[in-house]
Amino acid sequence: MKMLLLGNWAVARGCYEAGVKVATAYPGTPSTEIIEAIAQYDGIYCEWAPNEKVALEVAIGAAIYGRRAICSMKHVGLNVAADPLFTASYTGINAGLLIAVADDPGMHSSQNEQDTRNIAKAAKVPVIEPADSQECIDFVKIGFEISEKFDTPVILRLTTRVAHSQSVVEEGQREEIEFEYKKDIQKYVMMPAMARPRHEFVEKRLKSLKELSETIEINKVEQGTQKMAFIASGIAYQYVKEAYPDAWVLKLGMVWPLPERLIKDFCSKFEKVYVVEELDPFLEENIKAIGINNIVGKEIFKLTGEYSPSFIKKAVETKEIEIPYKVEQKLPPRLPVLCPGCPHRGIFYVLSRLKDVIITGDIGCYTLGALSPFNAMDSCICMGASIGMAHGISNASDKKQKVIAVIGDSTFVHSGITGIVDAVYNGSDILVMILDNSTTGMTGHQDHPATGYTIKGQETYKLDLVALCKVLGCSVVEEINPYKINENFEKIRKLLAVSGVKVVIAKAPCRLHRRYKFTISKRYIDFEKCKNCKLCLRLGCPAISIKEKPTIDENLCLACGMCENVCKFGAISTQKEQ
Amino acid sequence: MKRGLNILVVGVGGQGNILLSKILGEVLLNTGYDVKISEVHGMAQRGGSVVTYVKAAEKVFSPLIDIAQADFILAFEKLEALRWLGYLKKEGTLIYSDYEIPPVSVITGAYEYPDVERILREIGVRAYKVEVKKLLSSLGNSRVQNTLMLGFFSRFLDIDEALFKKSIERNVKREFIEINLKAFELGRRIEMCEVEK
Ligand code: SF4
Ligand code: SF4
Repeated sequence: MKMLLLGNWAVARGCYEAGVKVATAYPGTPSTEIIEAIAQYDGIYCEWAPNEKVALEVAIGAAIYGRRAICSMKHVGLNVAADPLFTASYTGINAGLLIAVADDPGMHSSQNEQDTRNIAKAAKVPVIEPADSQECIDFVKIGFEISEKFDTPVILRLTTRVAHSQSVVEEGQREEIEFEYKKDIQKYVMMPAMARPRHEFVEKRLKSLKELSETIEINKVEQGTQKMAFIASGIAYQYVKEAYPDAWVLKLGMVWPLPERLIKDFCSKFEKVYVVEELDPFLEENIKAIGINNIVGKEIFKLTGEYSPSFIKKAVETKEIEIPYKVEQKLPPRLPVLCPGCPHRGIFYVLSRLKDVIITGDIGCYTLGALSPFNAMDSCICMGASIGMAHGISNASDKKQKVIAVIGDSTFVHSGITGIVDAVYNGSDILVMILDNSTTGMTGHQDHPATGYTIKGQETYKLDLVALCKVLGCSVVEEINPYKINENFEKIRKLLAVSGVKVVIAKAPCRLHRRYKFTISKRYIDFEKCKNCKLCLRLGCPAISIKEKPTIDENLCLACGMCENVCKFGAISTQKEQ
Repeated sequence: MKRGLNILVVGVGGQGNILLSKILGEVLLNTGYDVKISEVHGMAQRGGSVVTYVKAAEKVFSPLIDIAQADFILAFEKLEALRWLGYLKKEGTLIYSDYEIPPVSVITGAYEYPDVERILREIGVRAYKVEVKKLLSSLGNSRVQNTLMLGFFSRFLDIDEALFKKSIERNVKREFIEINLKAFELGRRIEMCEVEK
């Protein structure tokens, strides 16, 4: 039966059909749904790992044991997992190992725009890149075959527009595949004496992969009727096809290593060949490196952001597109905000009122604390960076500067713990606020070791953050209720004066999480009592807006009661005016 | 419909764009087209501006709808209708909800919420307004604006009503099927009145 499937779901389907036994990940947009979807199938062990490095290590273990394994992550996650990746390239695998990495051109929800192909090349592992959902299913299977035939991890590179687009697929049957485990310390114990011959092996493998790339059916020339020629892969291929349906296209399904003869042969037929690729000039540079010079690439196509068919047309033909309906007026921007009822709001409301404090931020919903109306964040670099940075700032200022690090519960487990260890060990004076909403909020409510539930929703050992921070040696560890704004303001101010590494865990579950039940009683504003001081608007709750006086949208209010604490005139309560 | 059909669904994170796109996409798939849908995830869902693209044709390549390429824009929020208007084809149609969600930039007073009707009139685009707020309160549920709008929009497509209903039943959680079907029917019955140019 033909059906519509999200690219990520299709990767999951491909894994199911390919007989995958182990699947691991840390959530990260745009890769999250892969493992979530795999978790719906029976017969596959599946988990959220605390971070991408651990996730990959689990998958490597499974593959060496002889079971097909997948590990998925977003592009920045591959930085975290780079360490095991580079050496797994040496050891090779036993059963197939696929690493699905989703790049995010356009940075729809990422802190940078890096190109995974560069890391793959450095790690000397092959990369395949599907261009729609059906190819996601097919390429997963091809990826496992390459992995097993050539004894290598394989990277399945996705981009947002493939991962998060739905297109038509036909589903197949699951195949059960198992390999026997054989102890082999020459292959799997990478100490110098054994690693040296493995490096020789890796270089030889790369040569044979190059040969494969010349003949593999996913690298193919599509004949055109017009004398225009393109080289493209992934989503860029789709854009090219839409912009120039009659052109010649060399579609690369395997983007590393490159099929040199195939490319040479293709390019020799045309005066000029356009190389279309989002992000880095990866194909372009590697094609030029084999001595082909009649290609046109980044001199007309941009290095940043997403492409589109009209962008390609515009670059090739240098022609502007006419827009029939133009709004001349500058429209109010609509940036993301903390949801109505969000517990983080209370903390940022307090933080925005503290003077002379530097606040280092981290990756998660609470990054939004940097935006209006709070503007209560000075930095945001990568997962877990807030704590180390706070420690750095504090010491750089001879501990004169007050610094607060904010970090989420999931992020803290991912890579905040080691930051605390460092800060305590080196006698820091920082305040760490763990905004514990008992989930991984930004990516859509995934569990982690401190929620006490597995990916399948089964109860498991629950990591106790309070006990953990005490054991790590923090001078103060306290839990607070983020909704108690006035109380927290005083508490945080006092704690800033205490020396040592202080940890405050602001604990209240995400208001949108299905697991946690709230007794709903919405708030209303009494126009009679309201003095129109607009203090409540500074909460930035999307449910509160102003016409003549502030009003609360009943449909949006999630009944957290925070606004009631803010109003000094008692105008906000659970009483609806008649 | 050989030349295909491009529909942009725009609104604010949390209004059910993605679900609606899926429902619509399945309907189009069942009428024999190749279909692609593209959605935005992540930060945009936290009350940000959100767009999903639904494309149907004999063969669809890019999942994106380009500037000036949409046959229809379906807007769940007025201001968002304006924001994405550049994507509409010359002969395209805008269908928008009268629902107003002021962004933080308006709430904090940095911007004013624009007079959408006036601007649309000035630009002179073919547009239909759906008075969603009124209709939703008659249903007693605020969360079905997407299927209500779909009901109205379905009349612009020459596709059997039953296909829409089947797709709603397949994609909506069981406990909400009934209310969504009701909203769809209500939308389908609304009087058609084009906004004056
Ligand atoms: S804080 Fe209270 S008095 Fe001030 S504008 Fe809001 S409701 Fe009115
Ligand atoms: S309106 Fe008040 S009670 Fe309702 S969600 Fe916003 S802050 Fe909470």
